[in-house]
Amino acid sequence: MTERLVVIGNGMASLRFLERLTEAAPGRHDVTCVGAEPVAAYNRVLLSSLLGGEVDEAACTFRGLDWYAEHGITLVTGAPATAIDTAERIVRVGEGLVLPYDRLVLAVGSVPIRLPKPGMDLPGVITFRDLADVAAIRRAAVTGARAIVIGGGLLGLEAAVGLARLGVDTTLLHVMDRLMERQLDHDAAALVKAAMEARGVRVLLKADTAAVEGDGRVEALRLADGTVLPADLVVMSVGVRPATALAAAAGLAVGRGIAVDDAMQTSVPGIYALGECAEHRGQTYGLVEPAYEQAEVLARHLAGTPAAYAGTALSTSLKVSGLPVFSAGLVDVPEGAEAAIWSDPEAGLYRKLVIQDGRLAGAVFVGDVAEQGWCKTLIRTGAPVSRQDRDDLMFGRPAPQPLAA
Amino acid sequence: MNLHVPDLAPEAPPVRTTCPYCGVGCGVLARPDGEGGARVEGDPDHPANFGRLCSKGSALGETLSLGDRVLHPSIDGARATWDAALDAVATGFRRAAAAHGPESVAFYLSGQLLTEDYYVANKLAKGFLGTPHVDTNSRLCMSSSVAAHRRAFGSDTVPGCYEDLDGADLLVLVGSNTAWCHPILFRRMLDARAKRGTRIVTIDPRRTQTGEESDLFLGLKPGTDSTLFSGLLVHLADHGALDTRYVADHTAGYDLALERARRIAPSLAATADATGLAEDDVARFFELFRTTERAVTCYSQGVNQSAQGTDKANAIINCHLATGRIGRPGMGPFSLTGQPNAMGGREVGGLANMLAAHMHFLPEEVDLVRRFWGAPNIITGEGMKAVSLFEAIERGKIRALWIMGTNPAVSMPRADRVRAALSRLDTLVISEAIAGTDTLRARNAIVLPALAWGEKDGTVTNSERRISRQRRFLAPPGEARADWWALAQVGQRLGFAKSFAWPNAAAVFREHAALSGFENAGTRDFDLSGVAEITDAAYDSTAPIQWPLPRKAKSGQARLFAEGGFFTRDRRARFVAVQAPKLADATSAAFPLRLNTGRVRDHWHTLTRTGKSPRLSAHRAVPFCEIHPDDAAAHGLAEGDLARVRTPYGAAVLEVVVTPGAQKGLLFAPMHWSEANTSSGRVGALAQGAVDPVSGQPELKATPAAIAPEPYRSRGYLITRDPVEAPQGWWWARATLEGGTGLIFATQEGAAEAGALMQALFPGASLSQYADPACGVYRCAAFEDGRLVGAMALAPAAERPSWDAAKAFFRTQELLEPTARRALISGRAESAGTGPLVCACHTVGLGTIEATIKAGAHSVEAVGAACKAGTNCGSCIPEIRKLLAAALAPSPA
Repeated sequence: MTERLVVIGNGMASLRFLERLTEAAPGRHDVTCVGAEPVAAYNRVLLSSLLGGEVDEAACTFRGLDWYAEHGITLVTGAPATAIDTAERIVRVGEGLVLPYDRLVLAVGSVPIRLPKPGMDLPGVITFRDLADVAAIRRAAVTGARAIVIGGGLLGLEAAVGLARLGVDTTLLHVMDRLMERQLDHDAAALVKAAMEARGVRVLLKADTAAVEGDGRVEALRLADGTVLPADLVVMSVGVRPATALAAAAGLAVGRGIAVDDAMQTSVPGIYALGECAEHRGQTYGLVEPAYEQAEVLARHLAGTPAAYAGTALSTSLKVSGLPVFSAGLVDVPEGAEAAIWSDPEAGLYRKLVIQDGRLAGAVFVGDVAEQGWCKTLIRTGAPVSRQDRDDLMFGRPAPQPLAA
Repeated sequence: MNLHVPDLAPEAPPVRTTCPYCGVGCGVLARPDGEGGARVEGDPDHPANFGRLCSKGSALGETLSLGDRVLHPSIDGARATWDAALDAVATGFRRAAAAHGPESVAFYLSGQLLTEDYYVANKLAKGFLGTPHVDTNSRLCMSSSVAAHRRAFGSDTVPGCYEDLDGADLLVLVGSNTAWCHPILFRRMLDARAKRGTRIVTIDPRRTQTGEESDLFLGLKPGTDSTLFSGLLVHLADHGALDTRYVADHTAGYDLALERARRIAPSLAATADATGLAEDDVARFFELFRTTERAVTCYSQGVNQSAQGTDKANAIINCHLATGRIGRPGMGPFSLTGQPNAMGGREVGGLANMLAAHMHFLPEEVDLVRRFWGAPNIITGEGMKAVSLFEAIERGKIRALWIMGTNPAVSMPRADRVRAALSRLDTLVISEAIAGTDTLRARNAIVLPALAWGEKDGTVTNSERRISRQRRFLAPPGEARADWWALAQVGQRLGFAKSFAWPNAAAVFREHAALSGFENAGTRDFDLSGVAEITDAAYDSTAPIQWPLPRKAKSGQARLFAEGGFFTRDRRARFVAVQAPKLADATSAAFPLRLNTGRVRDHWHTLTRTGKSPRLSAHRAVPFCEIHPDDAAAHGLAEGDLARVRTPYGAAVLEVVVTPGAQKGLLFAPMHWSEANTSSGRVGALAQGAVDPVSGQPELKATPAAIAPEPYRSRGYLITRDPVEAPQGWWWARATLEGGTGLIFATQEGAAEAGALMQALFPGASLSQYADPACGVYRCAAFEDGRLVGAMALAPAAERPSWDAAKAFFRTQELLEPTARRALISGRAESAGTGPLVCACHTVGLGTIEATIKAGAHSVEAVGAACKAGTNCGSCIPEIRKLLAAALAPSPA
């Protein structure tokens, strides 16, 4: 009898897992996938482009419903799982659906954080997480509207640029003294800020939101220093938190995320977790790349091939409306470490290598992200970095010469 | 940019003039561009060069800008009128003469002056002021040749002409890097080799490019030239190779000279031993000379700049007299002069041991000149020669000095002392075209703005006694005026109005020519009476003429002495019994090496002219010191290191060039760099300057020296659009670049200090910076409104960042492409620099030539056809040949 495999969640991690699993072990499982969103998995990375009108919704789709059918996957959308009974090995979904499982995969993602400040529940305060959010923002972003984006992380930046592209008067608030402080040092962040401003986004740093105000809907945002910024729309992008409620309720070990081992198995045998909801070796990830790596590992594992996930070197690679940004490993230079920096603010370029004990410990690139792959490899492997390597990392390896003279 | 006011319409026919560099005296066609500059090319009709120009001559158009010119008279730094300045000169001279006698006034002139300038200076000093102390930088150049000519011929006569080089079967080059220093003559020599199989023998302690091109190279011990030529005389005598008729009919002193030669070099073996040469090589040379009738021996500074220079030249001349090979086509001893008008100065007599017009101090000569000039204060004996002149200044014996057209604070031996001595003068007058020379900076002076090449009008004489016109094709800038005019003005102010009243340069020339013919009647070699009545118009249009040119002669005389007729009392030439050579100073434990000095291919004198040309500054950008690989290893030096070269007289910090072309125990450093363009490269300060007892010429090529590494933490370059001062403590050398100026530097500082410097140099500019302090690396490009205004690279000293790639980006004032901006910082050629410049005429770099060879150009001609390198002056052909040999050598299995 084929094994019954239930996958809770149908996001990017879930889909990649299903693709790899059905490639590696077609027909081996009887797969049911349930997703809370009304549509099948789509490309969440493109949401900001969708917001800015650079792409349409069709461009965000991955696999049609027929693909799931052809691969023997029962897909249930618009159906949030409500409970897991680990003793009975069943998952309760929505209103009354019960799915028995032999193995269970949790790919439930994360939930956006709302600031614990007054007025955050006013209509017009929108998070930026899924297609529904994009639709809501686009509805509010009428001509002449004033939008405030809270949060100078990757997603906030993208949301702000998307809004500005729609012609909305956009202000980005960030509580820290630089944008993307976890990925960028001050110089790199300043370049990104300049790029944001060049794209029409007003950026306020050290801006601590005190409250959102309005009579029945958003009218203004008040900062801790008393400044009041008029607003028709507030986009909340201050981070996400792994969705752990379902797992916790089922008695799975939960830290910041759902605890998994190197095989992506939770504290309960037969139950796995991957993607943003999972916590591996104390680390949770909010990016697609580790989720994909985890999906590969789990697919191979369930297909019967030994596989282990060793964690993903932290790196960020994105484009702020065309400006490529890359960050991996250490951002600031610890005592005793060295930095090599190429800075050309006028050209919008910044490249920094952090080198510790002769090994690459971090890289921050803005404007030109060449050799990012090599950087990630070097950071992961800890291979020694020669003087020539430093030069090549900074300026690119010379094109390979043809062998014949 | 500061440019000449257009003088001639651009569509006017080209102006025929003469190159202001070496003594070859090439004809130049100058076409003013109407914007203050000019295009130059070789004059196809000039008998010195037939249209060719060397790298320096070809780049003359790049040296005409006025940015660094002296444009107005000044007195102690304050601008003054000509009247006030000339009054001050006259007053200073009169005061000195009144208080200390007329002999407290002196002139230090230059082989760069025109004959007319020389003539007026000489007349003013020796006939009217009454001071014999008129010497010139020619003293440092060829005075030993003059002395040798006079000892042998009774007159300072060059017996042959350039056509002898074309027609010789053997060319012996002694102490002459002809390929670099007289490139156009070297081309004629190579042509002769191609045409008639002429053999070339080069005799030089240093294996120069000339040596590389020779059929036989004799790398003798320094100072042993006289031994070699004594050995040759013995060999010729012992092998019956003498022209006994010529010796008997036209010479005297042969026996004594031979006897002395036998003592110095009794045999082949003894000659080889004393000169440090292989016996086979010596034998080959002797046999070549013995068996080749048409032989020319050319000699230059290796012979002259020596404390035994006169003997060296006479040892050479002895061999030509003994074989009768003189004054006939394709043979003779031939002194190649270094300066454009050293010969003109000699003709005028503008040297301390001459009176005027090839006359000296016999009572009848003194009387003749006195009467011709109507001179109230004619001098009756020799004055002090350059080295003793500056010693006399140091001792306070000379109180007033007029320096014209030369930079003794750089070029004199023991230059530090010379510079300090200038402060002892009560009156210092400097006639100079270029601001900021080391001599101008030495102390306050009365500064008179001189005309430069292209503005001057007059005559110069080249190495073959050929007088050519330097013609004006640019308007005088500012208040600059002719030197002869300034001299005449002072003469008038001193009360000799009638004797200094020429209306123009032609009038001065006529008087000079008339003096040469005055009561001559064939008694003196120098006779220009054939042109003593030349009209202004004829003077303006005259083609080059060779002297002697007596009255009624149709043309000048190409050769002299084939049938004797020397200018001694008995009309016989003199063999000179030379001294056994011995260098003035011995090496010691403290100074175990010897320092030789000289020129490089693309520079001239103290860089005041060639230093303005980007092309010429690309061949050798820093002052350097050549050293043999064994010596380098023994002193812990590697190629490109900086080293402190010390002598008992001074020190310089130079970049090390390790080359097997350097003889073991010998260093070589070029003499061009001054304080205006390097922190520590004035090689003149290191030379000992012991003088030749006959000529008074100082030794510049064999000073005992020591060398040691001069370690710096970092090396780098700094390129800016306009010159910037180098920070204190840096070692640096400046070179002119296309679109900018560059410093190559060394410093104890690192990336952080370099970054701070760029911030300070370019406040408000946008900087693109790469800093890797742990590796000691810093690179920066500065932009203003997107335009490149500065670039710096600094790296650990051993890495010596090359500026070839960065330099290229300054050629344009346009905005740079992002790839270019990137290449500036990456130090990686995106629009590849072509490597160190090899061909200065066509601006072809090493990389291009190597690529051309790789692409199948396997001969000098093919390389030239493909990339033009070596097709103009050809002075880079030896380097191309070397590259070909290296590239085409069979690779080791």
